[in-house]
Amino acid sequence: MAETLVKREQPEVAQVERTRSGVTYSPRFDIFETDDELLLFGDLPGVAPENLDVRFENDMLTIYGRVEPRHAQDECVYGEYGIGDFYRSFTIGEAIDTGRITAELKNGVLTVHLPKTEAVKPRRIEVKAG
Amino acid sequence: MLMTRWDPRSIWSELNRMHEEMERLLSGNGWRGFEFGVGFPALNVWKDDNNLYVEAELPGFELSDLEIVVTGDRQLSIKGERKQPEIKNGTWHRQERYYGSFSRMIELPESVDPDKVTAELKLGVLTVTLPKREEAKPRRIEVKAC
Repeated sequence: MAETLVKREQPEVAQVERTRSGVTYSPRFDIFETDDELLLFGDLPGVAPENLDVRFENDMLTIYGRVEPRHAQDECVYGEYGIGDFYRSFTIGEAIDTGRITAELKNGVLTVHLPKTEAVKPRRIEVKAG
Repeated sequence: MLMTRWDPRSIWSELNRMHEEMERLLSGNGWRGFEFGVGFPALNVWKDDNNLYVEAELPGFELSDLEIVVTGDRQLSIKGERKQPEIKNGTWHRQERYYGSFSRMIELPESVDPDKVTAELKLGVLTVTLPKREEAKPRRIEVKAC
């Protein structure tokens, strides 16, 4: 059941058409759920905070990070990875308190806190001795 | 491996990157990749007239987590470790990011001056700048008219 709570919408290759040309990559994410919140950690190397767009709309969390080209003028001698923007979106099955969503980007790692609304938090039911 | 010379900007399709990624992961501990595969991190190498630039994407690392060593004038090794954040009382739904320690060594295509190597880690991207030795720098030959 837990697996369906957070479902990946996009395949490995981002399909969204962008006005910017170039390749868009799907960043790697870890997702952790506690009683109070969903916690997402994403690897977005090369994305400056001002070039990062995180949105939560219609139960959909969308992350788009623009990456400035690096060494575009230099001659490439050897290459194992491509450089491009990052895009990924997740459908969030939990009720989220949108007003309290926070996100931070540090050393290329994005952390998003999606706090659950009070209504969906698990409650321990007191059982009285009868 | 460094002998291959090609331009990733023209040849590298998304598919290519995925394929390489899979190969690297499979050579490690399976696709979930909780630990780094042997080919981690992926490296890109550029050069201009004066320097070689070796770049790796290392999000979540600090420079102090990394050990960068130049051996002789042609070998570069990068070691490091990324720790998983310690959070408790919950469930992991996805774990796609790598943790653990890695070590990678590459042969450089040109000789560099090991004393002048510098490294910078910015926005999770490591750039090692390796100044070429004088003899490795390209020289423009003056052609005199006679």
